[in-house]
Amino acid sequence: MSTTTIAFTRTAAEHATARAMSRRRRLIDHTVRLFCIGATLVGLFFLASILFTLLVKGLPRLDLLTFTREFQPTTYGDPDAPAGGLLHAILGTLVQSGMGILIGTPIGILVGTYLSEYARGSALGNAVRFVSDVLLSAPSVLVGLFVYQLLVLPAGGFSAIAGSVALAILVIPVVVRTTEDMLQLLPNTLREAVIGLGAPKWKMITLIAYRAALSGIVTGVLLAFARIAGETAPLLLTSFGNNIVSWNLGNAMGSLPIAIYQQANSGFPDLIALAWTGALIVTLGVLAINISARLFLARRK
Amino acid sequence: MEDDSGAPPPYSPLPEFSEKGPRVSATTSDQVIRRSSGATGDLVFAWLCKGAGLLVLLLLGGIILTLFLGGLPAFRHFGLHFLVSTDWNPVEGRESYGAAVAVAGTILSSLLAILLAVPLAFGIAFFLTELAPQWLRRPVGIAIELLAAVPSIIFGMWGLFVLVPFVQQKIQFAFGEELAAIPLIGFLFESSNYAGTSIFAAALVIAIMIIPFIAATMRDVFEQVPAVFKESAYGLGATRWEVVRSVVLPYTRTSVVGGIMLGLGRALGETMAVTFVIGNANRMAGSIFDATTTIASVVAMEFPESLAGSLKQSSLFALGFILFVISFIVLAISRWLLRSRLKA
Repeated sequence: MSTTTIAFTRTAAEHATARAMSRRRRLIDHTVRLFCIGATLVGLFFLASILFTLLVKGLPRLDLLTFTREFQPTTYGDPDAPAGGLLHAILGTLVQSGMGILIGTPIGILVGTYLSEYARGSALGNAVRFVSDVLLSAPSVLVGLFVYQLLVLPAGGFSAIAGSVALAILVIPVVVRTTEDMLQLLPNTLREAVIGLGAPKWKMITLIAYRAALSGIVTGVLLAFARIAGETAPLLLTSFGNNIVSWNLGNAMGSLPIAIYQQANSGFPDLIALAWTGALIVTLGVLAINISARLFLARRK
Repeated sequence: MEDDSGAPPPYSPLPEFSEKGPRVSATTSDQVIRRSSGATGDLVFAWLCKGAGLLVLLLLGGIILTLFLGGLPAFRHFGLHFLVSTDWNPVEGRESYGAAVAVAGTILSSLLAILLAVPLAFGIAFFLTELAPQWLRRPVGIAIELLAAVPSIIFGMWGLFVLVPFVQQKIQFAFGEELAAIPLIGFLFESSNYAGTSIFAAALVIAIMIIPFIAATMRDVFEQVPAVFKESAYGLGATRWEVVRSVVLPYTRTSVVGGIMLGLGRALGETMAVTFVIGNANRMAGSIFDATTTIASVVAMEFPESLAGSLKQSSLFALGFILFVISFIVLAISRWLLRSRLKA
């Protein structure tokens, strides 16, 4: 009622001011809107530019030799020399990342279980959660320094084991976070039902809770794998890299990121081309794992 | 129960109730129930979980301790001077190492990256929560998150081959003189380094890498604003920007700052991408187009070729210790600011 009376008694000048103000408000709103759409497009553009660059520079050497040969010195100036491949690096990445997952996953799941099932609200639990979250974002190169001091120096040399341990340390916080999150989503009535049937708590957790949270935990492990498969800095200080296929876990072992790093900085066009192919393989692999992990989770939900 | 076929049931429910409560096997039919297995199993499993939790604490303690012990010889040799010295001289007999350049490079490149990343991340979060139509939100959100999954070294190569030439030709060559002519802040753009590899290129790459983290945090907290708050504002005739500025941002302020600190924590430790594009020169950057270095990139570049037990290696450990302390503080603040979101 009152608003209508005010509107009727507005003078012409007041109308003009009101219109100008609403024009200004609309203008600001439009500007912000455009900026936000622009920001999103810029973000998407970066992703597209990275993928495009990788495809353009990486596809030429994406051939069978890349997957079947070890490193070879440059063919620059000697066209008859055999071209090299990335077999040693691909196998090295699979071995070390696989071992990192094997070591890190059980620990991560146990920690996540502790946080969700045993330590809710306790001081120790909060401390563990806090430290795990800090480790999740801590510089990975420092984990490399830690493992160097812990395993490489005492053993007297770089080794695939040290590399795997460094990667495992990076796996733990990722798995902790997803395990805890997934277990906390379970309704308490489920726990009470199982306990009410007389099952001990550990059976309730291992047989029922894990099964109910399985898809989330698997997603966490996949994401952790995707993360460590592309890690370079910690491996540089622990497994160092190798130019041949090596199955000896006590020796230095190659890995894709390290091979990319070394060949990209070699200065020879053919090695740089191979580095781009390696980069393409790593990125496509990591993105594929990421997407499938998300799809897996979405489907199970 | 339907499983009394074989052996007689080991208890009758009623009298047992008074002791420990009934225990019923939920899984197998003709198993005799052993109470001790549950109790022992519980104890073992509880301690396994607790032990794993303690291991995580031990891990953090171990990292801090090894970095400190590794750096101790350098701290002893140079004293507090290590923190302010700009030397990095590995020549035998005249060895002298200092942390100042790397520390300054780390902090400056990270802050510059935050400056570039925050507006973009906010724009993306705003777009994903308020502007985009429903069907577009999920795919765009995933695409931005995928940006965070691209390995650091890939950003490094892309940065070196795409971004660095862009910075060199389209920014420094094209606008360098005009920028340097700006009064008061012109010196920030004045540089004799025309290689393109610079603290600005590093900040740009870091910014792109941390945008997804900041944007994801902002989006998550924006979504937690009760719809009724926003609807009230819309109902009063507020525009979307006014709703975000006056309702969403005040409501989520703490968590937004927490998300930015999380991005800063990540930026400080970024290694491979920075190594490719920052130029790796042990010089203080006086301009954003100067080459310099960061702690993480010095460690990655020089550690593999340093001799075990040498003063150089110890200095690198000392640098690592400093980086860990800085990023620990930043990440701890971030966790503290985000605690309300974590509880929700």
